[in-house]
Amino acid sequence: MSAREEVLSRVRQALGEDRTTPDEVVRDYRLADGRPAGDPALLELLVDRVEDYRATVLRCSPAEVGATVRAALDQGLGDGWAAGDVVVAPGLAEDWRPAGCDVDDDRPAVQLADRAASVTAVAVAVAETGTLVLDGSPACGRRALSLLPDCLVCVVTADQVVGSVPEGLARLDPLRPLTMVSGPSATSDIELQRVEGVHGPRTLLVVLAG
Amino acid sequence: MTATVPPKAPTFLGLPTAPRGVGHLRGDQSFPDAARGALRDGQLRANLGHATSTIRGKRAKVVGELPDWAQLREAGRALKAATMARLDEHLEELERQVTARGGVVHWARDANEANEIVTRLVQATGTSEVVKVKSMATQEIGLNEALEAAGLDVFETDLAELIVQLGEDSPSHILVPAIHKNRAEIREIFARTIPGVDPELTDDPRQLAMAARTHLRERFLRARVAVSGANFAVAETGTLTVVESEGNGRMCLTLPETLITVMGIEKVVPTWRDLEVFLQLLPRSSTGERMNPYTSTWAGVTPGDGPQEFHLVLLDNGRTGVLADEVGREALHCIRCSACLNVCPVYERAGGHSYGSVYPGPIGAVLSPMLTGVEDNASLPYASSLCGACYDVCPVAIDIPSILVHLRAEHVEAQERPTAEAVAFRGLARVMSHPRLWHLAQRASRLGRLIARGRPTLPNALPPPISGWTRSRDLPTPPKETFVESWVREHGS
Repeated sequence: MSAREEVLSRVRQALGEDRTTPDEVVRDYRLADGRPAGDPALLELLVDRVEDYRATVLRCSPAEVGATVRAALDQGLGDGWAAGDVVVAPGLAEDWRPAGCDVDDDRPAVQLADRAASVTAVAVAVAETGTLVLDGSPACGRRALSLLPDCLVCVVTADQVVGSVPEGLARLDPLRPLTMVSGPSATSDIELQRVEGVHGPRTLLVVLAG
Repeated sequence: MTATVPPKAPTFLGLPTAPRGVGHLRGDQSFPDAARGALRDGQLRANLGHATSTIRGKRAKVVGELPDWAQLREAGRALKAATMARLDEHLEELERQVTARGGVVHWARDANEANEIVTRLVQATGTSEVVKVKSMATQEIGLNEALEAAGLDVFETDLAELIVQLGEDSPSHILVPAIHKNRAEIREIFARTIPGVDPELTDDPRQLAMAARTHLRERFLRARVAVSGANFAVAETGTLTVVESEGNGRMCLTLPETLITVMGIEKVVPTWRDLEVFLQLLPRSSTGERMNPYTSTWAGVTPGDGPQEFHLVLLDNGRTGVLADEVGREALHCIRCSACLNVCPVYERAGGHSYGSVYPGPIGAVLSPMLTGVEDNASLPYASSLCGACYDVCPVAIDIPSILVHLRAEHVEAQERPTAEAVAFRGLARVMSHPRLWHLAQRASRLGRLIARGRPTLPNALPPPISGWTRSRDLPTPPKETFVESWVREHGS
C-alpha cells in the first residue's frame, strides 16, 4: 500500500464506520465591525493600532500622497536620500511615486536587498489589528519587494480600511500569495524584550490617504 | 476474578505510534527525574517565572479586548471537531488543490519516512544548504539530524531556534524556544559560535538581534532550498499559512527556488473563511498580540513571485492513533499557541526540558504520550496538578485535564503487574474494613513519633516506600492519641 493509501485508510479506521458528524459550526462571533469601510473612526483605530507596533503613520488627503510618500522616505532614510535607493511596486500609481525612483522589474529578487527602501500599495487594511495586507498584485508588488529593503512605505487609501479580520479576509483572494503585515519585523526572543527588525524591514511607514 | 473480566477494547485500535529512535517525542529521563534537576536551577525558575507571567498578562489584556472571545473560541473548537470528523476528505481535497496549483504532495506514514522524503527532495536540488523556519513538526521528527546525517547543512533562522542550535541545546518552549537562556548566556553563545562576530558584542538584546541578522542575511540571499512548517492549510483552496514575527519565515518562504513544507495532517482547515476564526485566536493566545507581525499565505506556485517548486509533506507519525482515541482526539485540535504552558504551575517551575519532548507543558503532557503510546511517556500524564488553568486559556477549548485523567487510567490499566500503589491501597482497604486491625495500625503509627523526635513532620530521608511520599511532600508526625482515644478520654465511651 502506498503511504497515501495507508495514511488515508488509517484515518478511516480511526474514525470508524459510523463516524459522528458534529453539529454545524455556529458563527455567532462578530462577522463585521458595523462601521463601513473608510469610516473616520476606523481610520483613527488603524492609526492607533499601527502606532502601537512602533510603526509610523502619516496622514494626508488623496491629492497629497506623492508628497507624503516623499516625507515618509525623509523620515525613514533621513534627508538627502537618492531616488536610486528607492524601488517601487510596478503598478504603484504614477503620482504616488517619488520622481526618478526605480520600478521593480524581473530582476532576481535578491538584488532588492541592495535598496534602502520600497514603496507599495496594499489590498486591504484591518483597523482592529493594525494589519496591512499585500496581495502580490502589481500595485503591491511581489513578496520580496516588501521584505528585503530595510524601510517599507505602504500607501493605504481610506476605502481599503475595514474594521475586523473577517471583513478583511473576505476581500482577499486566497489563491494569491498574501503577506499580512502588522508592524515592522520584530522579535521578543531575548528575555522577551521587543527588538524591531531582525530579518524584514526595520522601519515601517504607513501613508494613510483620506 | 480477573480472569472473568472481558478484555478491554484497545482504545487506539492498534494504529502505529511514532517510531522509536527518531525525532524528539521521548526524553532520556522520566518527568519526575528530569524535573527534580530543573527545580534546583534557580536561574531557570526565575527566567521562566518572568517570561510566563509577562506573556500571561499580555494575553489576558488583548483577549479582554474582544467582546466575542467566547464565541470565537467555541467556533474554533467546533471547526476543529468538524474537521477531524471528515479528516480524510479534507486531506484529499487539500491534495487536489495544491496539485492543481503546481505543488507536489507527499504522504509520510512516520518520522522516518518524512525525513527520507525531505532529504531526497533536497538532494535532488543539488544544493547542500537548507534554511529553515521554525516548525514544531520538523522538530518532532528530528529533521535537522536526518539532513545533517545526509551531509547537508541546516540553518535554523528563527532567532530563538538559532540560539538553541548554536548552543547545541534543545528548545524548552513552543513559542519562545530559548526562554531558558538569558542575555548573558546568549551573548556567550554568539561570541563563541558566530564566525566573524564583533568581539565588542554586548548583551544588549538589540545588538544580539542585529548580530543574528548579519549572520543570517547572507545565507538567506544564497539559499536555494527552504523547509517550513505550516500553521494552517486550507483544503478548499490549497492555501498554506505560516504565522511569524521576525521575517525569517518570509525569507524562507519567498527567496529560495524550492520550498518544502512539512505539516501534520491535523493542521488542515476546510475553508478559507475558517482562517477568520484562527487568525484571531492564535496571535492573541500565543504572543499576546492583536496580530503577529507577519502572516504569509500561498497556494501552490506563483509565477514570478517566490519559489517555483513547492512540495507539501503530509505527516501522520502517530496522529491517526490519536484520532482513534475518542477522548484524546481533541489533543489534535491544538494550534500550538502555547497559552497552556504559560499558565501551568508545573511548567512554570519544572521548565520545558523536563517533559523530554518538543511538546512541553500541559498539551505536551497529553500529546506526547498519545503520539508515542502511553508506555513510552508514562510519567507525563501525571505531570499536572489538574487545576484546569490550561483548559481555561486554550483558544480551542481542549479539555486537557480530562485527557490527562483518561491517559492515567490508560496507563494504570496497561500495568500487567500490580504497582506499589495498588498493593498499598489493597492493604489499606483491608485494614480499614477491620476495626481491630485499624486500631492496631493507628497505635503502630505512633512509632513515627520516635522517628520525628518532637518535630512536626517526619524526616524526608525515610526508607522506601515512604520515601516516595516524603521526597516531595511533608508527612506530619502522628498525634499522641487517636481521635477515638481522645473522644473516649473526654466523653467516656
